Amino acid sequence: MTQLFLNIDPSLVDWSRAQFALTAMFHWIFVPITLGILFIIAIMETIYVKTGDEEWKRITKFWMKLFGINFAVGVATGLILEFEFGTNWSNYSWFVGDIFGAPLAIEGIMAFFMETIFIAVMFFGWNKVSKKFHLTATWLTALGANLSALWILVANAWMQYPAGMEFNPDTARNEMVNFWQVLFSPVAINKFLHTVTSGYTLASLFVIGVSSYFILRKRELLLAKRSIVIASVFGIISISALIFTGHGSAVEVSKHQPMKLAAMEGLYQGGENAEFIGIGILNPKKTFDNNEDPFLFKIGFKGVLSYLINFDTKTFIPGINDLVYGNPERGVPSFEERKMKGTLAMNSLIKYKEAKEIGNMEEANLQLEILKANFNHIGYSYVEKPEDIIPHVPMIFYSFHIMVFLGFLFVLIFLVYGWLTLKNKIDKIKWGKPLYILGIISIPLAFIATEAGWIVAEVGRQPWIIQDLMTVGAGVTKISSTAVQTTFWIFSFIFTALLITEVSIMIKFIKQGPSNSAIK
Amino acid sequence: MNILKKIWLFYYEGFKNMPKWGRLMWTIILIKGFIVFVIVRSLFFPNFLKTNFKTDKERSEHVINELIKISKNDTIISKH
Repeated sequence: MTQLFLNIDPSLVDWSRAQFALTAMFHWIFVPITLGILFIIAIMETIYVKTGDEEWKRITKFWMKLFGINFAVGVATGLILEFEFGTNWSNYSWFVGDIFGAPLAIEGIMAFFMETIFIAVMFFGWNKVSKKFHLTATWLTALGANLSALWILVANAWMQYPAGMEFNPDTARNEMVNFWQVLFSPVAINKFLHTVTSGYTLASLFVIGVSSYFILRKRELLLAKRSIVIASVFGIISISALIFTGHGSAVEVSKHQPMKLAAMEGLYQGGENAEFIGIGILNPKKTFDNNEDPFLFKIGFKGVLSYLINFDTKTFIPGINDLVYGNPERGVPSFEERKMKGTLAMNSLIKYKEAKEIGNMEEANLQLEILKANFNHIGYSYVEKPEDIIPHVPMIFYSFHIMVFLGFLFVLIFLVYGWLTLKNKIDKIKWGKPLYILGIISIPLAFIATEAGWIVAEVGRQPWIIQDLMTVGAGVTKISSTAVQTTFWIFSFIFTALLITEVSIMIKFIKQGPSNSAIK
Repeated sequence: MNILKKIWLFYYEGFKNMPKWGRLMWTIILIKGFIVFVIVRSLFFPNFLKTNFKTDKERSEHVINELIKISKNDTIISKH
């Protein structure tokens, strides 16, 4: 992919990015199940407490056990990301200052209390605390896990849209001036809701998939049917919210990261009545500076992209070329203009430091004003060539379209499963076998969709580690790339081992089912 | 019985009566914790700025100089 890394071994940046991506993507295998299945378990337990039906207790305990396996294998994988910040991304970690520190500290405290108190009550508390107290602990665990995710996602959203901070040139840190702007930025709200609802959708498909296995084997039919009812209803509500917040995210992307939106749609030449690509194959020969057709094949819908972004087909959507060369008529600045402002900001930072060193405060204050006026472009001082502001279009385009396609497939799965189960036909239909197999396959498909979403979000932000303020090349620590490669392979081994452990234990306990397992 | 003793007994009995699968999970957590905190963190992931600089002033000086140096350097390496 196109990268620009000044004065830094490019393989160091590539390996550091690969290592972080590997860790984050493995971490994200475990997290979404936890986020969603806890609510499903809480709903099941609520029905148990309301009805007193012991079968619901048995069902709750079965899913709680699968949650326990996922939690045990996945816990602490996220901490490795924090180590990587300190070792591999020290410039970035320092630069973000307390914007990251505060949310991550809150997350750490919340996770600690949640894990030591509420989860303990969930697993140890059966028959020791009252039903209602136990149920409260289950709901609080679900809420706690999701609130814990909130702080991480707020920090991530800030990287996409830095808000509520002021750069301090004396400390080289961004200082939080408005906590609420950081927490309630539209990007943060959409990111949080879109991400957690993707977890709920994934967990619903997990429950449907496992239940499909039982139906296929003609075992645990009551457990399977009851679980499918809860999961399909929860799933359809979740995926509706997922689509709604996905739309909200795209609107925010159009405002703050227009290059990402252009890459998501393979849009080189912007305009009104912009086309939404339903299905497309990108032309590998296409670059921003040639006249090749961007697509070898496509089925597009004229005006739909403009309409989706602003409910008006006349809305102008800038393409990659508009963002590189600028479009004065539409108020889109060119790369060169932003580069000039970024360089001005960087030069004023240098002059500010020099003026302060010699005690010339008048000059220092003047340079500080110039820096503040142009700070939103400072990251462009690291970028040399226009093509370096273009992320990897095929990776983003295909990831986005795979995510959207799978999303609509999941809607269909929830509707079919929900309808058939409510009609009590799910285990009686003639064409059941392919459906159950589709239900089982929907588990890995859900993981593909959610990981694809992260690829759109993170690869789409490139070359920025913080949008417009810092490139990945500027954020990386200058350490040996061999050291980073070594840890990359160690992590590959550890994570693969963990994944194999998770999948094999999960399969073993699913095969055992609730009847044979020693749930106490 | 005071509240602390009740809490202690809750956890003690919880761990003591844990089913086999629970023990397996705790074994995984402990092994993983050892690998992550003892081996990975201490051997491979020292905090770069904390290890190499004593004060926050030194750290900020280092970072700001790095950021300036990287932006001023005209050695461009582009990679596809």
